[in-house]
Amino acid sequence: MTSKNKHTLVVNASTSHLADVRDFVAERSREYGFDEETISDIRLAVDEACTNIIKHAYQYDEEKRVEIQVGLKDNALWVCLTDTGDTFDPNSYSKPDLYKQMKNRKRGGVGVFLIRELMDEVEYSRDNESNTIKMVKYRTE
Amino acid sequence: MKNFHINHREKDQIDILEIRGELDAHTASKLEDSLKTLIDKKKRNIIVNCNDLEYIASAGLGVFMAYIEDVRGLGGDIKLTNMNEKVYNVFDLLGFPTLYDILDDEIEAIKQFQHPDKQDSPS
Repeated sequence: MTSKNKHTLVVNASTSHLADVRDFVAERSREYGFDEETISDIRLAVDEACTNIIKHAYQYDEEKRVEIQVGLKDNALWVCLTDTGDTFDPNSYSKPDLYKQMKNRKRGGVGVFLIRELMDEVEYSRDNESNTIKMVKYRTE
Repeated sequence: MKNFHINHREKDQIDILEIRGELDAHTASKLEDSLKTLIDKKKRNIIVNCNDLEYIASAGLGVFMAYIEDVRGLGGDIKLTNMNEKVYNVFDLLGFPTLYDILDDEIEAIKQFQHPDKQDSPS
């Protein structure tokens, strides 16, 4: 089965583009007919994934680029974010302990958790020089 | 900075930050600067009014995680109020309501700062 209505946005790896990335994904989700609550989930998950790329894969190197692709397949929305930076190892991730983090004045590490909570499928892959996180959200009605 | 603003006011020796717009990894530094300024001045009773906060990402939550202990160490607290449901849900997903004081409105937060002994104990 093929994806239809695929859309692509490429941005420099700067947090100043996060709002554009969120708006782009929200707009496509709206076009595909998702409800506002689901769109909120998708917006946040994509923001977290993009922030992680900027921060961890590229260490805030604004010359680097992030590609965002959105499409609809089998009544589910998929979003792929691709970068050419350092690879994230999902096995190194553990669920954040908020109490401990708060006590140690530590922030961060909760983005991956949020992505998993908000999306129905999350998959990390590496191909040649690029990393891709693919997230899928099912239509609920 | 796109679409994020902070207004600071004082009421009965309580510092109130009204935050408006979208709080993400780009705008979080603005909130961080405001909180740091208050903490540096040893201000310890802080309310963050989220009435016009439309969006929050984990970078925004991270600011609260990084500074709450400093404020509590001074004998105060950061109380969060007036959140819309969408924003509250993000705090809730991470378990914030068990560790932070999240209240319906500012008046309630002011009352709790003024009369901490009258707080309802959790059921």
